Amino acid sequence: MWKYALRRILLLIPTLLAVYTLVFILFHLTPGGPWDRERPVPQTVQEYLNAKYGLDKPLWEQYVNYLVGVVTRFDLGPSYKYTHLTVRDIIFQFFPNSIQVGLIAMAVAVTLGVTLGVLSAIRQNTLLDYTLMFFAIFGATVPTFVVGPLLVWLVILTLGVGLPTGGWGTPRHLILPVITLALGPMAILARYTRSSMLEVIRADYIRTARAKGLPDRLVIIRHALKNALIPVVTVAGVILAVVITGSFYVEFIFSIPGIGQYFVTSVSNRDYPVLIGVSLLFATVIAVMNLIVDLTYGFLDPRIRYQ
Amino acid sequence: MTAGTSPRPSAAAPEVKLPAQGPTSLWADAWRRLLRNRAAVVGMCFIGFMLFVAIFADLLAPYPYWQQDVANQFQPPSQEHLFGTDHLGRDVLSRLIYGARVSMAVGFIVQGIIVVIGVPVGAAAGYFGGKLDQILMRFVDIMYSFPDLLLIIIVMTALRAATGRDDVGGILWLLARADDLFGGLLGVFIALGLTSWLTVARLVRGQVLSLKEREFIEAARAVGAGHFRIIRAHLVPNTLAPIIVAVTFGIPGAILTEAALSFIGLGVKPPMPSWGLMILDGYRAMRAYPHLLLFPAAALSLTVLSYNFFGDGLRDALDPWMKQ
Repeated sequence: MWKYALRRILLLIPTLLAVYTLVFILFHLTPGGPWDRERPVPQTVQEYLNAKYGLDKPLWEQYVNYLVGVVTRFDLGPSYKYTHLTVRDIIFQFFPNSIQVGLIAMAVAVTLGVTLGVLSAIRQNTLLDYTLMFFAIFGATVPTFVVGPLLVWLVILTLGVGLPTGGWGTPRHLILPVITLALGPMAILARYTRSSMLEVIRADYIRTARAKGLPDRLVIIRHALKNALIPVVTVAGVILAVVITGSFYVEFIFSIPGIGQYFVTSVSNRDYPVLIGVSLLFATVIAVMNLIVDLTYGFLDPRIRYQ
Repeated sequence: MTAGTSPRPSAAAPEVKLPAQGPTSLWADAWRRLLRNRAAVVGMCFIGFMLFVAIFADLLAPYPYWQQDVANQFQPPSQEHLFGTDHLGRDVLSRLIYGARVSMAVGFIVQGIIVVIGVPVGAAAGYFGGKLDQILMRFVDIMYSFPDLLLIIIVMTALRAATGRDDVGGILWLLARADDLFGGLLGVFIALGLTSWLTVARLVRGQVLSLKEREFIEAARAVGAGHFRIIRAHLVPNTLAPIIVAVTFGIPGAILTEAALSFIGLGVKPPMPSWGLMILDGYRAMRAYPHLLLFPAAALSLTVLSYNFFGDGLRDALDPWMKQ
């Protein structure tokens, strides 16, 4: 298993290199530069800026220099737009906020999603099951940029609940963003839990447990759920990566100072270092989450062996 | 599922009486199963309605989508404006109707591009294996470690930057003018098509890998069919069912992505309406005028929900063994 893990970690290197190369090429191929403004920046200033940030060097040199900086000093470069910040500052300052919202949302999604999925499975083909699964499809399809505004309208403007519509700092600021972000994953997890539960409760060992006279509750929680959760865990891991790297819309709607905002503004500002740094960060998060998921899978299900 | 054609009564045995319902092909069977799924039928009807609205938008819309009426901003729903007017006094219903055209076009054209690229590449990779297959799978691994939407945002911005300047020439100039003609949608097609064909390619590759060892392929080879004929006539038709299901789920995905891009100003170019753009405008004005948010949000949600119910039904209908 350690050999497998090591090989997967080594595979991370070409993947990250490819992401870096892709973003680098895409942005240097397109005309225009980071100094394009509504009012044109004077030629001499542009030349000075280009020299300062090494943009006057040949492309291959820029490509290598940045790479060397990242590998040797973990130096992701300066931000062209927010000149008082480096990319590392931006990541350390704003990524924790995105992680915080993402993790809380994920905790809510897992708790509620698994509970609802189990309920739906043990009451299969009842009104409760149909209702839950209908809302699960709704939650899984409607995107955060629709759910967020609708929640604000429903909870604050219509029901008059005294919650902030945006901002950051107190737990009250977290409530609506967390619900918005948790809804989709919760629905997906509920669907997975339900179908996996339905498969498991038909297994022979569950019948045995029932035949022994164990109470229903015990059979469901101790025997069935344990095995039914294996596929759910893998999905949850992948979703967590998506939630953490994809919280841009929630950050935008609820004015949360997260990394997603910086990513999108860096694209339109052509702030190359921020763009490349955040891309590498996201790719790492996704790859590492995938690795953890694959390793957990073998840990939970001893029948799986790694080669 | 081994054949896409129906078994025909043989001419040598005319006495054989067929059941009253006639020969049942895979597709007829699937169609019957689909009709038994109520949610799927409702979804199908709503999609049909939206397609009708999208095609006949010019006849159905009471006003031009771009027509501003500054004296009548933020009107609530009334007789003249059934769904009210927006911050520029434009008729919301008309913009929703043209927005349906945008959404449907994005859904279908993007999926078309994906099938045209993904199916041949996936089939070739699965059938020939070797170097091509390795390169493709490495590429898939890399692309999968990158959040979809962020990649699309980067590609979209690069496209806009490349075509948005006056001093570009040649093919970029042509692209830019064509993009203007489609209200900024050409860029959306390209960005979405280029970034999402991998899933279909991988799906087709997997299917072809398992099919190419089967007896009927061996038989085709034995009677002298060439590689191209085997892929086109024997392998691809047998992967149709999963491709159709993937495309059905891909359409709402593309619609949502376009709306998401337009929401952050990277999708359609104003005055072209998009449900995503209308949701953004509605979000900004919802304190005083919630109808501006609710109508486009409902249109987008109902449409993607319909596609998902329809897709669920289609999957169960085309693959009865999967649902046990």
